[in-house]
Amino acid sequence: MNLPEPYRLLIFLAGTLAFVGFHAAYLVWVERKGAGRFQRRPGPTEAGYAGLLQPIADALKLLSKQVIVPPTSDAVLFRAAPMMVMAPALMCLAVIPFGETLVARKVNFGLVMVFAFGSINVMAIMLSGWASRNKYAIISAARIVSQNVAYEIPMLLVAITLLMMMGTMDLQEIVRKQAGWFWNWNLFQLAANPLMPVTFLIFYICMLAETNRAPFDMAEAESELVAGAFTEYAGMGFGVFFMAEYANVVVGCSLATILFLGGWQSPIGWLPGPWWFLAKMYFLIFCVVWVRWTFPRTQFYGLLNLSWKILIPVSLFTLVLTSVMLKLF
Amino acid sequence: MFTLNLGPQHPATHGVLRVKMTMDGEYIRRAEPVPGYIHRMHEKMGENRTWAQYLPNTSRVDYLSAMHYTHAYVGVVERALGLKPPPRAEYIRVITSELNRISSHLVWLGAFLLDLGGFTPLLYAFDDREKILDLLEGITGARLTYCYYRFGGLCNDVDDTFVRGAQEFVAYMRPRLSMYQTLVTDNIILQKRLVGIGLITSEQCRKYGATGPVIRGSGVAYDVRRVEPYSVYPELDFDIPVFPEGDSMARYRVRMEEMAQSLRIIEQALARLPDGPVMAANVPRVLKLPAGDYCYAVEAARGRFMVRIVSDGGEVPYRVKLRTPSFSNLSLFEETSRGLLLPDAIALLGSLDLVIPDVDR
Repeated sequence: MNLPEPYRLLIFLAGTLAFVGFHAAYLVWVERKGAGRFQRRPGPTEAGYAGLLQPIADALKLLSKQVIVPPTSDAVLFRAAPMMVMAPALMCLAVIPFGETLVARKVNFGLVMVFAFGSINVMAIMLSGWASRNKYAIISAARIVSQNVAYEIPMLLVAITLLMMMGTMDLQEIVRKQAGWFWNWNLFQLAANPLMPVTFLIFYICMLAETNRAPFDMAEAESELVAGAFTEYAGMGFGVFFMAEYANVVVGCSLATILFLGGWQSPIGWLPGPWWFLAKMYFLIFCVVWVRWTFPRTQFYGLLNLSWKILIPVSLFTLVLTSVMLKLF
Repeated sequence: MFTLNLGPQHPATHGVLRVKMTMDGEYIRRAEPVPGYIHRMHEKMGENRTWAQYLPNTSRVDYLSAMHYTHAYVGVVERALGLKPPPRAEYIRVITSELNRISSHLVWLGAFLLDLGGFTPLLYAFDDREKILDLLEGITGARLTYCYYRFGGLCNDVDDTFVRGAQEFVAYMRPRLSMYQTLVTDNIILQKRLVGIGLITSEQCRKYGATGPVIRGSGVAYDVRRVEPYSVYPELDFDIPVFPEGDSMARYRVRMEEMAQSLRIIEQALARLPDGPVMAANVPRVLKLPAGDYCYAVEAARGRFMVRIVSDGGEVPYRVKLRTPSFSNLSLFEETSRGLLLPDAIALLGSLDLVIPDVDR
C-alpha cells in the first residue's frame, strides 16, 4: 500500500484495534460454543443466529453495570490495572505481520518487542490482585508472579533457538524465510533442530501458561480463589480483563504461527496471504479452547515442577543442540 | 499468617459450609470447619410429628441419597413394630437404593472434578444421572427427595417400563464407566493432583467415626451392607471395593468402583425380582410404636446412616437421632488438612463428598 506514512499508520492502528475488539468479543463466543460442543450441549443460541449476538449482549450488560471500587482498595492502581492489561496486547499486535505488507509498524526487532510487552500483562494482573486488598486476590497475585517467572524462561530459550536459526528479529523477515511448501516452515526444520516439534510444544505450553489459560489458570482458579485477582472487579473492569485474556491468546497464537507455522505463507506453495495466517491462528486458538475444556487444572507445584524440571532443561538442550547443528552443517 | 474464610459462600464448599483457615502463604496451618448455617432442626421436628408425618423429612436430610435415608427410617419403624415387608418390596428397595447410590456418586464425580478445575465431566455425569432421575420419577413422582418407601413396603409397585428402563440403564452405564476410566481417571493431571495427597489413615477414620468411601479408601472394609446386613443384601453377590492408600485417589477409586458394584446389584435384583404384593398386610392404621429404643443403619452413599428412635408408646416419637455420615467425615478435615496447600485441601474436601445439609441436619 502506497499511502503516506502517517495515514497508513493511523489506518493500521485503527485496524488493529478493531481486530482485537472483534476477536476479544467473538473468541468468547467461540469458547462458549466450543465448550458447549465438547459437553454435548448447544451453547448460546438465544441472541441472534446461533447466539452470534451474545458477545454484544454480554458487553452491553457489563457496560451498564456499576464499576465498584472497594473503599479499602488502592483506587489508583485498581483503576489502572485493567488499562495496563489491555494496552500491551494492542502494542504487540502493532508489530505482528498478518500478510506480506499487512503490518502496522515494521520494526526490525519485533520479536523482542512482543516479548517485552507480553510480560507487562503479568504485572497488570499482579497489580490488580495487590490493589484489590482481598486475600484471594493477593494469593492469586503471588501465584501469577511465580508462574510467569517460571514460564518466561523456557519461552525465551525457545525464542533464542529460533533466533539462531533465522538470524533476524524482524517478524516479517522470519516469515519470508519460511516461504514455499510447508516443509519450509520452522516446525519442520529438522536439519537445524531435530527436536523442533518438541520446541513448538514447549512454546505452546508456555504460551498457555503466560496467558493464564487452563490447565494453567492458577490466577483465576475459580474453585479455589473465587475469581482470583479479579474477585473485586465489577462491570467493565472485569470485562476488560476478560477481553485482555483473549487478546493475549490472539497475540500468543499469532506469534506461534509466525515463528513455527510460516505466518502468511501457504502450505502448498501458492496463493500466500493473510487468510493462511488467520487459518493457522484460528486452529491454534481452537486447540487452546480444546485443552481448556478437556483437562482439569494443574496443581501449582506441578506447574512449577513442569517448568523447572522438564521445560527449562529440554529447551536448554534444544538450544545447545541447535547451535551445534548450525555450526556443523 | 492470616485468616482466610472459605465460605459460607464459596464455590468449593458446595453449600453453606464455612471453613476458617489459618494460612501461612498458601499452606494451611489450621482449618476449622464451622457448620450450622443450614441447620434445619430435623431431629427436633421429629418430636412433634407423628411417625408417618416425619417420613418425608428424612429424604431432605441428604437430598442426594434420599432413598437410603427413608430406608433407614422406614426400617427402624418396621423393626419397632415387628413388621416384615414382602420380598418384592425388599428387592425394589434394593434396586432403587442402588440407583440412588449411582446418581449420588455421579453428582459427586461432577462436583469433584469441578473442584479440580475440570468443567466438562460435570455435564457428562449429570447427563447419566438424568437417566436415573427419569427412571425414579416414573415410579416415585419425585426427582430428588423421594418418599417411596412406606412402613411395611412401598407406596406403589413398579411397572414394566421401570424394569426395562433399569435393565437398559445397566447396559448403558457399563461402557460409560469405562469411558470415565479412560478419559478422567487415567488423565495425568488428575493423577498428579490426587495420588498421595490428602492422606487419611484408618486410625483417623476410626477416631472420627468416618464411614463410607472415606474409610474404605483407607483400607478398612467397613460397609453396613456387609457388617450389619439389612434388607435382601445378604442374598446378593457384590464386592466391597477397598483401597488401602488413604489418599484422595483411593476415595475416588472406591466411588468409581462402587458404581460398578451397584450396577451388579441392580442386575441381580432385577433378575430375581419376585412377584407378589409390595405392602405388608398387617400394617396398623394408627401407628403407635411400643415403648423402647430402636436403631437401624443403612449404607448411604456417603457412609453409615443410622436412625435411632426412642418411643414412649405414643403416636409421636419421644426422640429422633440421625447419625449422618457427612458430619463425621467433615470432622476429619481439621486434622488431615494441616500443612496442605489450599488447592490440595480443596481436593481433600471434595473427596470427602460432603452434603452440607447432611452435616447440619
